[in-house]
Amino acid sequence: MRITCPICGARDRREFTVKGAALALERPARDAGDVAWDDYLHNRDNPAGRSAELWYHETGCAAWIVVVRDTVTHEVFETRLADGDTEAGS
Amino acid sequence: MTELLAKTPCAGLLPLRAGTTTLTEVDLGQLTSLAPYRGQAAALSDALHAAHGLAVPGPGQTTESDDAEAIWFGRALVLLAGPAPDASLAAHAALTDQSDAWAVAELAGDDAAAVLARLTPLDLRASRFPVGATARSELAHMAASVTRTGEQAFRVMVFRAFAQTLAHEMRTAMDGVAARRTR
Repeated sequence: MRITCPICGARDRREFTVKGAALALERPARDAGDVAWDDYLHNRDNPAGRSAELWYHETGCAAWIVVVRDTVTHEVFETRLADGDTEAGS
Repeated sequence: MTELLAKTPCAGLLPLRAGTTTLTEVDLGQLTSLAPYRGQAAALSDALHAAHGLAVPGPGQTTESDDAEAIWFGRALVLLAGPAPDASLAAHAALTDQSDAWAVAELAGDDAAAVLARLTPLDLRASRFPVGATARSELAHMAASVTRTGEQAFRVMVFRAFAQTLAHEMRTAMDGVAARRTR
């Protein structure tokens, strides 16, 4: 499996560490209420199919990346920097 | 008074030779990581150019001047090799002395790419990784920096504490490739 890092290009999966669903990017507001926070902290989907995940390019450039992929076929649809920065940085 | 002797990271481990391939320790001089502050990348580039005659390398690239080299070292991170960093750089980036932190070696010979290919998942073909290209990747499961310094030469950098592991893994890979060349 190869993942295209927005900075480094297509790289082997071994360079990356997967964190799981990209929930951390959808953190509820401080006053969102118990239901929203309970859902954020404890409830997890386990989709068979399209899923957005956080991956860390650990032995590469050390960027956090959102990888949109199919958990059944492993097809990767999209990768982007998790902080939304469009500048790849130097 | 006790006199302390500085040892290089690969002292007693390198050089290695197997077949036509050699692994030799390299002294890059002073190593300083430059991590630009937010929004300061362009200003750092100007300052680096003014002080050391170097452009800040883009991802996967290196730049050189007469006495200095800048190696892309990760996201928003550049390693300045050679001279001590000019004081003007500190206004735009966090400067960290890493001179004693890295074991640096050059792998050279006709089989250099074949040896490295046993240890790293990088695409080392000259069309994708030409002379001057650099990458952060893993080398035998160690975090490494790999730079192509010649058609048949690569510079590898790993944390100094892994110098012995580097020598061991390289020895195994070099011997394996060399054995397959013998008829």
